[in-house]
Amino acid sequence: MKFGILVNEGPYQHQAGDSAYLFCKAALARGHEIHRVFFYHDGVNNASKLTEPPQDDRNIVSRWSKLAEEFDIDLVVCVAAALRRGIKEENLAPNFRISGLGQLVETGIQADRLVTFGD
Amino acid sequence: MAQKKFMFVNRKAPHGSIYALESLEVVLISAAFDQDVSLVFLDDGVYQLKKGCQTKGIETKNFSPIYRALEGYDIEKLYVERESLAARGLTEDDLLVDVTVLGSAEMGRLMEEQDVVLSF
Amino acid sequence: MLHIINKSPLDRPSLDSVLRLAGSGAVLLIEDAVYAATEGHAAADQVRALAAKMKVFALTPDLEARGIADRVIEGVAGVDYGGFVDLVSEYPNCQSWL
Repeated sequence: MKFGILVNEGPYQHQAGDSAYLFCKAALARGHEIHRVFFYHDGVNNASKLTEPPQDDRNIVSRWSKLAEEFDIDLVVCVAAALRRGIKEENLAPNFRISGLGQLVETGIQADRLVTFGD
Repeated sequence: MAQKKFMFVNRKAPHGSIYALESLEVVLISAAFDQDVSLVFLDDGVYQLKKGCQTKGIETKNFSPIYRALEGYDIEKLYVERESLAARGLTEDDLLVDVTVLGSAEMGRLMEEQDVVLSF
Repeated sequence: MLHIINKSPLDRPSLDSVLRLAGSGAVLLIEDAVYAATEGHAAADQVRALAAKMKVFALTPDLEARGIADRVIEGVAGVDYGGFVDLVSEYPNCQSWL
């Protein structure tokens, strides 16, 4: 089955990003496909390569980058939401890309299920 | 592209957070994809449609006019839950656009029929 | 439909809303919503009311993280993230009550 994922909250502040990541990992382990993860609202902050968590904590941003690398997942950051919050091409972590909201609607159309994680 | 039933569920009040405005931005984009789009307002989300919002004093964008413009994008299915209005002392006359008011159970059944439910 | 709730019922009314609107399908409690499914909680009766008409699940890792896995009320089944994925696949659509 093809899943689309929507992440509406930034890393660390809310559990949403963690839940979304663990859901993706479990779906991939079950042999499903993640069609796209779309980051919206404060969720765009999941893409900032400037993030530096303490060493004893998980690195939410690089975790997404690695998952995308391993499973060829399309990580899309909403351009309008990103610009509002100071996320631009130059501070984007690996394997994220910035694009329009149409990518979210398209995932809704293409994926078998769209699951939203937020607050 | 196949047509799917998209429902946008708005359950948060406007102004206190950005969800209502950014939800509207997705709704407007969805109009370009020729899908079957409906909007639902429940819980504090019904306040998004309250007439007479003036945001000058809080220096934020007043996005009320966008709800009125939805018709121009062929987005005409707006549903409001009766119980949510009643719990907030509101009636249909307090709302700035024409909506269909549904009871909880009816609204629940409408949700069941959707392919994609986006909640903000 | 699978209804996903992530809010503590003493903080936000998502559980109330699902109880009011949802007629069939299943409910999955994740994140802070799992507190609702514990013995003695003010919302436990609402969860029981839900369980009377729908299947109710709670995400075990979230229960464990909050130290309440040993006091889940009867009628609520624990699932892991794999189970979460299975539930989303099993029902034709899902909604997150944010």
